Parts: sequence; structure tokens; C-alpha cells
Amino acid sequence: MINEFERSPKSGHARYGAETARKQTRATRIKEGDTAMAAFTETHLQELRAIFGDKRVLYREHDLYSYAFDASFGTYRPDAVVQPLTTDEVRKLVLMANRERIPLTPRGHASSLSGGPLPVMGGIVVDLSKMNDKLIIDEEDLVAVVSPGVLTAQIHQAAERKGLMYPPDPSSSAVSTIGGNLAENSGGPRGLKYGVTRDYVLGLEVVTPTGEVIRTGGRTVKNVTGYDLTRLIVGSEGTLGIITEATLRLIPKPPASETMMAIFDDLVVCGKAISRILSSGILPAKIELMDQASILAVEHYEPCGLPRDAKAIILIELDGHPQAIKAEMETARDVCRTTGAREIRVAQSEAEKNDLWRARKLVSPAVARIKPTKISEDICVPKSKIPEAFARLERIRDKYGLHMVIFGHAGDGNLHPNIMADKRDAEEMKRVEQAVAEIFQTAVELGGTLSGEHGIGTMKAPFLPLELGDAGIAMMRRIKEAWDPKGIMNPGKIFPRPGQRLVLTDD
Amino acid sequence: MTETGEKPSGVTGERPSATRPAPGVNPLFREPAYDETMKCVQCGYCLPACPTYETMGTETHSPRGRINLVRLTAEGRLTDWSLLAEALDLCLGCRACETACPSGVQYGRILEAARSAIRARRRGGPLAEAARSLLMRRVIPNKRVLNTLSGALWVYQKSGLEAAANRLKLTRLLPAPLAAFAAALPRRTSPRNRARRARTGPAERAEAAAASAASTAKPVASAARPRFRVAFFTGCVMDAMFGRINALSMELLTCGGCEVVRIPGETCCGALHAHAGEHGDAVRLARRNIEAFERLEESAGPVDFIVNNAGGCGAMLVEYPLLFTEEPDWRARAERFAAKCRDISVVLAQLELPLAGRGNERTTVVTYQRSCHMTHVQRVKDEPLKLLAAIPGIELREMADKDKCCGSAGIYNLVHHAESMAILDVRMRAVRATEAEIIVTTNPGCLLQMQLGIRRAGLEHRMRAVHLVELLAEACGL
Repeated sequence: MINEFERSPKSGHARYGAETARKQTRATRIKEGDTAMAAFTETHLQELRAIFGDKRVLYREHDLYSYAFDASFGTYRPDAVVQPLTTDEVRKLVLMANRERIPLTPRGHASSLSGGPLPVMGGIVVDLSKMNDKLIIDEEDLVAVVSPGVLTAQIHQAAERKGLMYPPDPSSSAVSTIGGNLAENSGGPRGLKYGVTRDYVLGLEVVTPTGEVIRTGGRTVKNVTGYDLTRLIVGSEGTLGIITEATLRLIPKPPASETMMAIFDDLVVCGKAISRILSSGILPAKIELMDQASILAVEHYEPCGLPRDAKAIILIELDGHPQAIKAEMETARDVCRTTGAREIRVAQSEAEKNDLWRARKLVSPAVARIKPTKISEDICVPKSKIPEAFARLERIRDKYGLHMVIFGHAGDGNLHPNIMADKRDAEEMKRVEQAVAEIFQTAVELGGTLSGEHGIGTMKAPFLPLELGDAGIAMMRRIKEAWDPKGIMNPGKIFPRPGQRLVLTDD
Repeated sequence: MTETGEKPSGVTGERPSATRPAPGVNPLFREPAYDETMKCVQCGYCLPACPTYETMGTETHSPRGRINLVRLTAEGRLTDWSLLAEALDLCLGCRACETACPSGVQYGRILEAARSAIRARRRGGPLAEAARSLLMRRVIPNKRVLNTLSGALWVYQKSGLEAAANRLKLTRLLPAPLAAFAAALPRRTSPRNRARRARTGPAERAEAAAASAASTAKPVASAARPRFRVAFFTGCVMDAMFGRINALSMELLTCGGCEVVRIPGETCCGALHAHAGEHGDAVRLARRNIEAFERLEESAGPVDFIVNNAGGCGAMLVEYPLLFTEEPDWRARAERFAAKCRDISVVLAQLELPLAGRGNERTTVVTYQRSCHMTHVQRVKDEPLKLLAAIPGIELREMADKDKCCGSAGIYNLVHHAESMAILDVRMRAVRATEAEIIVTTNPGCLLQMQLGIRRAGLEHRMRAVHLVELLAEACGL
């Protein structure tokens, strides 16, 4: 293509030869743990082309920048991007990267909120979203066999067409790939009743960091043969290998559902109601929360008839046999009333159900109007500590004078305090950093965890010792080193580096 | 390792330079585009909605990727503008991503501001610039020129040249995009008939009346007690290429009890200009249309609606206020204008039309290719469905990914023919699966593209593409 633009001195098509030659003379070597990463060269590019052909190897500047981010923070330009279609291509790639000590960062659709798909050490981004040809629903074995690039929503739809359900439902399921869900062990609203991704994985095909293709687990719910490598890989954030196929457990789709909204004048009382519902002998599929800041944001953005003076609203969904959930709905209603809900609305039709859920769905776009930068936290506390967690989050919000909205899957203790800020305001971002640190401290003090479903990635790595302790981290490091002696798989994730702290600003 | 090469310690790598102070921001990207890019949280919800992400398969050609490149160029980190241009040129501008976006990012504004900045930097050759200027400033806004071209087209079709060319495969010698469209072009009415259609049929009568009314504000047609008084915006390409559809549109409105007037002095809506980054031209055309409308209301009294039948033009008209962010007076005038603009389906859905059916017992299966700008910009979604459901003997069978762009996108199918055809072929696979006999459209670009799609899929013997207005007119016996 003829360049019609005046070239600025620094511009250029990132012509590969020149750039890599410069880099080599600089002898770039990055220390990652005890391993040294090598610079990416023209020879490496040639080898990638031999494996993937010209079209599925990207190296031009704009392409590289397009794989430099996810839904968290930071821009890290890789040296190349490849788009594998088969396990064998992945195997060849990993063999080469391991031999040459080139970092590999696997990636689905990069909707991660914790930095999992960021190539923080450069190297090669492995875009697995094109490896999406297999989606088999086996009604007799109640399993789905899928390629990593299949969208989570496609699995939902395929299962439902056969009267089955794949329960994990991260909010991003319309865009997230199952490979990413597996690597991050994603959750979602239905986690309350049905558990999370790891509870539905029976077996995996994995290319290990040293280039072997292994199969873990199998096709049965019961399987105690050897160590449970499936559970080790799920949630390992791409640091122990690349998942190339998964066998997922399906369950019968519940025949009916009921939805109820309860409105409270006090956030902590609302937390108590959630705790009491959960100990009243019923298990809702979802309990979703909106605090007053979320309510006001929604009413300001698109009025839905929510009471602006309410301090909290919860939405409860029950699913199961129609008669069973009718009775359960009565229980939930009684508990809310006796705990101090000021108003309860039970949907009488599909349309009313949709109306009730509409407000919840509007929270994200509504809060985005407050300020442009959203820092979405993801702590999870034991169910009995939900009221206290609310109280402490409110104190943190006031102490640092931040726009914080709390919404999300309250029912399983997985709270999403979202701080709305502007990343161009350095002073505000400093306060955000301090508040986030205090939120994590709170979660661990209450016997909870740093991350319920988003993952550690780069964002939460500095806080890992808080929860795991030095010995705990050391044990994990030994597992990592046994699997990946050269440290090529998604380096820079999970494990904190000496002196690393949370940084949301430039300086 | 590219960015962190000189900073071997820490994960800091390259922090988001968005936090860097404003001086680094390229002046071309000041308000509003750069601020708008900051609203994107890069969640990726737009990816499944994007037709070019589907066919091209890289983030570079996704909304999230394009917004990221605009931001990086604005911040001076991506310095090669040709790379930004490459990514933005290949965007259809369908704006399906705006509907998918949970954060309300106005992608269209980013796209147009960035294209405008790119235009300002681009050194087009003198010939290319002259041709572009001729097309954008002389041909498209000028009805006389368009009508002449349209006449030439009729000669081409009727003289047998077209049949001969098709028979001899001469169209293969034309540049592929033009050859493709030569084959798909609508049947033209002869210039003579266009002049005297008053004597031929009701539709053509209305068309002729419309043509002669172009210089007066006299009602084209009126009912005794009009349900609404509407001004009909004929558009430029629509009027020249699909005059029959414009005529039928006015007939339908009249038939439903409206008084219909033309807007003397109206011109092209400017959508093609705005989408190509020709901001100045778009503003000029918008001013002329607003003035024409104001003159009409001054001389002939107020109207309830300004009705158009082209999804893309309608979207431009309702977005006129965005052209005047710096001029409060004009902005207010544009807002008044835009508030009255309606797609014809919105008005027709409020009328009682004598939909008697299409004269046969057999149910006809139709599918509906939405106009992107009607869906994602005007947000008109329900009314066309309501109208289709009201036609007796019609069964609507929706295609997979029913909201996706057909790849027409203004002049995209001419300038990026291969990419457009890749998108069209995906669409036609979805169409074929419905086994529909008719593809309903609501925009001239889509209509042409679907006609081409039918030919490419080899379905011309059992499928046709129509404008919704044509189907309604047929059912009303017009």
C-alpha cells in the first residue's frame, strides 16, 4: 500500500528486520523469576510463518497494539500475534517458544478484568478465539466437548436446545470464550446455586509449557485416578499450559423460574436479609444487589421506577419445579419482610420479570456515565460476613471520598465494589489505589478472598502474600517451576515480584 | 519485547499513557473523539456484533481495536497514520457496536472525527482529489446531474447494451465492483415516461407530481381531513435511482390519510460526506436542508413530520445537531429539524392502511435485512416488524444474526469491494437458510446490495429484494 501520509521521523511500518536488529544489539534480556527471556527476532517470525502460514501471524504495529490490552489496565505491545486452529499448531508453537525462551500469552476475547491476557513481558500473544470448530452436546453422557475459542453463550444456547444447561454464566458470556473462562475459573450470578466453571469441567486437553499434549480427567463425574490436574489447570490463568479442548458437565435445564425484588432502607439490613434467606432452607439461583449509588445512577440514566431514597435493592431468582419455587418464593418473601424490607415486588409474568431485571442490566451503562474509568473489584467473603462487608465498604468509600457503587452477585458473598474515577486525575487515582488496598485487607480479615471470579493477573498480584503467606506462595511457585521450567507461559501473572505494588497511574 | 525493553524491573511495563497530560494529545483529536475513546472500557462486548471482526478475524478490525488505535494515535504512540487509516477505512460504520456497548460509547463520533483528521493529513493525488471532489460536491448533491446519470443508465439497460454485455461477459472487463453493480442495478423508468408518468399509473403519477412539485410547496397529495401533515424528504440517490419507491412512499402516506408536501430546495442529506470525513461539506448540506425546511414552514405552515424512506439518510438527519457542537444557534435549528424527522415506517405504523393482501392464498415467506443506521442510530426497530405483521399472507422468517450489516455501507461496497462481498456472502448464507422469497429492506444501499447478493448466490429465479414500501404498496393495491 502506498503511504499517503507524511512520515514523522519516528513513523514507519514497523519494518521487522530493522527493529529487531536494533533490539538484538541492545541485548534485551528480561529477568522473570530465575529465568531469562530472549528477544524476539526475524528468525522467530519466519518460524511462526512456517507453522501458521502468513495470514495467521500478525506483526505490524497496529495489529500488535490491537492485542496489547484487555478490560483491565495497561497497554503492553507483544512482538507477534498468532492465531492457531489446531492442537498440533499450538504444540509446535510451544515447542519453539520453550526452546527459544519466548514468552507466550494465551488469550480468548480479552474481556479479563485482571490482566490475564496482557503480554506484560512481550513475546507472542496466542489468540485462541479462532480455534472454535468443536461444540458437541452429548445428551446421553450429559457432556459438552468444546474447542477453546467457542463462546460461552454458544454453549448455553446449544445445551438449551437439547433441554440441558451449562450453568456458569459470567456477565460477559456473550463475548467471552470458554478457554478464557477455564483459564480464569469464571463465575457469574448463578454461582450461588450452581457453583463456578471448575465445578463443570470433567476433562481437558492441554499443551504443557514443554510442548507435550496431555489429557486430564475424563468424561465421568466420578474420577479419582491420580492427581486432579483438571482442577489445577482450571483457574491457573494460562501459566501452566494452553487448553486446547474441554469436556464440560451439563445438567437438566430447570423447567421454571420466579423473580422477586426486595427494597431496603439500609444496606447492612439488606445484607442480613441475604444471609437469612440463605440459611432458611432455600437456595435461590441468583441474588443480585444494587446499592443506592447504583439505583440513583440507573434512575438518572433511564428511569425505571426505582425508589431513589432506597439504600439497597436485591433481586432474587428461584429456579426449579414450578410448584416448589412457588413455595420457596413465599419463604423468601417472609424472610425479607421480617428482616425489614420496606417493599417487595414479585413478578407475575415474563414481562414483569424482564422489567425487574432491566434495572439490574442498566447498572453498567448507567454507572459508566458517572466517570470514565471503572475499577471493578471482586472480593468474596463468607456468607455470614456479608452485612459486615457492606458496612466496611461504605466506610472505605467515605474515607477516601470516592464514587463507589456496590452491585453484583451479593448472594454468594462475591461483592463487586466498583470505583468510578478518571484515570487522567492522578490525585484521585492515588486515593483509588489506597482504597483498593484497604478493600483487599478487609476481604482477607473477614475470612474471604482477593478474587471471587476475576482472577489475580497483574492487578492483584501485589496482594497475594496477604492471603496466601510466603510458604503458600512458595509452594505454588514450585508447582509452576515443575510445569514450566523456563517460565515461558504467561509470565508476570499471579506471582508478585519483589517490591511490586498496585499502580494505576504513570509515575 | 517491545515496550518494556528498557525497564527490566517491575510490571510497570508501559502504563496506560492515558494518564499523561494533555499536551501529548494530538490537537486533531481534541473534543469530542478523544474523550469519547476514554469511555471505552475495552470489555469486548462489541466483538460479536461487528461484521468486519467476523469476516477479517483480527482485533484491528473490531470496534474496540479501532477505538484503541484512535486513542494511541491521539496520544502520539502510534505514529504511522496510514496504519490507523487502514483500520478505519475498512470499518463499515454500521454502528452495531453502539447498540452492543454497555458503556454507551458513541463510536460513530469517534469514527467521523478520526476520519476527518485523517482526511486533513492525507495527501491525495491531484486526480484522485478532483474525482472525489466532483463526486462529493457536484454529483451527489445535485439532482439534475443524478437524473442525467440515471437516464444514461436507462439507455444502457434498454438499448440492449446491457443484455449484450451480460451475454458476452463484457461486464467481466469492467472493474469488478462496477461490473457487479451494473448487473444489480434497478430497472429504470425511461426519461420520457418519467416526464409523463402522470398518464400511466398512480405510483408514477405521484412520482411525476413529486418531480414537478419540486419547485413548489403545493401539496403533492392531500386527504380531506389529514391525519398528519408531512413533508417528504426525497433524498438524492433514492430519488434518482429509486424514484418509484419515493412515489409509492408518498402514495402510501396519502392513502393512510396524510397530507404530503415536498420540501423545495432540499438536497442530499450529507451522510456520505460525514462518513468519509468531509465534515465541512456535511455541514453545508445540513444547513441547506434546515433552511429549506424552515422556508417551507414559513410559507406553507407547520408540518407534523419530515418523513424519509432511507434508513441511512434518516439517521444522518436525526444526527444533524451533532454537526453544530460549536454553533448554538445552528444547533438549536438543527434540533428543531431533527425532532421532526421520522422514518416512513414510524409514520405508516400509526396510520390505517388498506392492507388487502397480495391477491393470492399462498403464504409468502419473507426475511428482513435491517438497515444498520435505522436500527442502531435512529433506533427504529419495532415499526417495520409491526407493518410486516399487518400484511396478510406474509410470513416473516428472521435470519441468523438478523441485526448484522449487509456490507453495503454507503460506498463501502465500491471502494472495499472484496471485504464487502465477504460480508455479503455471510449474510446470503443466513438469507438462504430462511428459504424466503423476498428480502425486505428499508434503505436504498441495502436494497442494491441484497439484489447483488441474490445474484451472487444464484437465487435470482426464486428470490427478490424489495423496499418495505414496495411490499406495503403492493398489499394496498397501489
